[in-house]
Amino acid sequence: MSPTRRPPRLDLDTVLDDPGVRIIVCCGAGGVGKTTTAAALAVRAAERGRRTVVLTIDPARRLAQALGLKMLGNEPRAVVGVGGSNGQRSGELHAMMLDTRRTFDEMVYTHSTPQAAAKVIANPFYQTISSSFAGTQEYMAMEKLGQLASTGDWDLIVVDTPPSRSALDFLDAPRRLSSFLDGRMIRLLAAPARVGSRGLRRIVGAGFGLFARAVSTIIGGALLADASSFVQAFDTMFGGFRERATATYRLLRSPGTAFVVVASPEPDALREAAYFVDRLAGEQMPLAGLIYNRTHPVLAKLPASRALDGVQAAEAAGRAPGAKLAAAVLQLHADRVALADRERRLLGRFTHAHPEVAVAQVPGVAGDVADLDGLREIGRRLGEQRAVPEPVPARG
Amino acid sequence: MSTPGWPRELVAARLHVVTGKGGTGKTTVAAALALALATGGRRTLLVEVEGRQGIGRAFDTAPLPYVERKIAVAPGGGEVRALAVDAEAALLEYFEMFYHLGVAGRTLRRMGAVEFATTLAPGLRDVLLTGKVKECVTRCGKDGRHVYDAVVLDAPPTGRVVKFLDVTRAMADLAKAGPIHTQSEGVVRLVHSAATAVHLVTVLEDLPVTETLDTVTELDAADLRVGAVIVNRRRPRRLPERAGVATRVTTAKLRTGLAAAGVALADDVLDGLVVEANEHGERMQVEATALTKLTDGPVEPLPRLDLPEIADGMDLGELYELAELLVEQGVQVRPVSRSAPR
Repeated sequence: MSPTRRPPRLDLDTVLDDPGVRIIVCCGAGGVGKTTTAAALAVRAAERGRRTVVLTIDPARRLAQALGLKMLGNEPRAVVGVGGSNGQRSGELHAMMLDTRRTFDEMVYTHSTPQAAAKVIANPFYQTISSSFAGTQEYMAMEKLGQLASTGDWDLIVVDTPPSRSALDFLDAPRRLSSFLDGRMIRLLAAPARVGSRGLRRIVGAGFGLFARAVSTIIGGALLADASSFVQAFDTMFGGFRERATATYRLLRSPGTAFVVVASPEPDALREAAYFVDRLAGEQMPLAGLIYNRTHPVLAKLPASRALDGVQAAEAAGRAPGAKLAAAVLQLHADRVALADRERRLLGRFTHAHPEVAVAQVPGVAGDVADLDGLREIGRRLGEQRAVPEPVPARG
Repeated sequence: MSTPGWPRELVAARLHVVTGKGGTGKTTVAAALALALATGGRRTLLVEVEGRQGIGRAFDTAPLPYVERKIAVAPGGGEVRALAVDAEAALLEYFEMFYHLGVAGRTLRRMGAVEFATTLAPGLRDVLLTGKVKECVTRCGKDGRHVYDAVVLDAPPTGRVVKFLDVTRAMADLAKAGPIHTQSEGVVRLVHSAATAVHLVTVLEDLPVTETLDTVTELDAADLRVGAVIVNRRRPRRLPERAGVATRVTTAKLRTGLAAAGVALADDVLDGLVVEANEHGERMQVEATALTKLTDGPVEPLPRLDLPEIADGMDLGELYELAELLVEQGVQVRPVSRSAPR
């Protein structure tokens, strides 16, 4: 193996303590521990003296309970029992769960007259868009972030991102939904002959009329009519929506934002993390680094080969007291060295392609996180994590 | 021949839907299952529907196009083909077939009109994707026999899978006649028939197991048949146990045992070993609790297959190892009889 390149260390306590950092976005593939990481970072920030709010998306029941969240609430609520001081300021923690539908409703009311808003909200097509349209949750998470930031109430906002098909969805969702709502497509489909520009018709020719007819055959005229009247009613508020999306996008690119990408030691999670890092660079969004989550670092400096020799010796000792236990413990150590090796190889591939990305390695806890102390412990591991360890030499 | 982990009903199934919570290794297990079912001269198709290109990565090949192609050779002369289904391509395929759209189709796709059409009715995407899967399952060759002995679908994760498969609900969004409607009726028949089984991949932790049990309830309510629960990444139980609980390791006990074996280690090494061993013990406790929940949760016990955590292998070698372990636990498919081997 070539000499392992050591990535720079991601010092999360420095990020949490930096008054210039106002937003931390946790992203990554599904199942890597994003929500828990976001909550643990928020608890730690509050106890280090920052007035913090954490926006969680669909937390597990026990995590929600740990944060004192019993139901969806579209406004932050104080978490009792969390707080601390850095000498000058006293921190506190507030938490909320995203309510996608209500966030969307509020947006409609904000950008329109009461009558027009009521008309939009009553449209059957709106029900579909605001609940099951792919990307709505991502869009509303970003909208909520924008709202929280604009109040100026918070030193630090920690955001969890939805478990999308792809970890990148939340960056694209506002644009995708915007292109859907801007009305051009629906007008083409509903009345292609009247609205389609001459240039466009020249390109696709009779194809478009055919296409529009085919679409309406498939999805039914009623739905198309609902969609069309929805988009018409929506037209007036569209400008406001687009402005907000643009403002949030700017906010994400500002130096006060820090993205952390979370990955577990699995090939898929790391590939997703690599895509994400590239994408953030492409969008010029500020990346703090990678959290390599739930790892199994070797805790005893003993080469696997010597441990395995010891297993044989202990097995040969037969029924001597403790021999069976010694064999098991040494075998476990050999397993652990192999596991840590795999984890390091996987990380090595990532670092090879992205040598500049700082990494925090966070050893996994054995049980589930059930309370604030569990979150504090993960916070401690996030803050005090060691540098990526040296491999144990094969012979020693 | 059948086993408790893979009963006779599953041997007869032809569409194997694999789901699981994010991070449980769903795609890897689906790939291993396709290999296992192809073992011994069968032909299987592995399908993905979420545009994540997980299969191509699992087999270490280039991204899959919207074309079925051979991706691996199974032990004993079988073959696995793979296909990435994408809703827009499937919709265009329909338009070609029924409306003769010609070259305009591609232009429309570039403009975003096709994507727009598939997002207009949220159910349409699912109907298109499952429709293509159904076509693969039921397709017959010139000899009149099914082309594939089995089709394995790397399905959306547990949170979305029931909605995805419950095409009846999605069809409510669509027109009540026409070619897509007709095909959707075929999908409904297939997924609710004995030919389909939904397998759930989990790891032995509280959250994934809870989600697995919730999904079993949801599947039952939607009249979809639960296949096997596949427990992934199990760790070997190494420590001596008393009444199912791993012995707590202390430095003193370990030192005595090591002395008997004639192994001398420095104190800090000893301390590290104790922490490692007790972490393993705690982890075993979490696994045991999760396993009890998994076994006691459902009214009727579910068939279960176990797969270990593989630390030394990665990528392709790991897949073959997992497939072999599945075959050892009885995973197989009743072959489609063919007139001559091809």
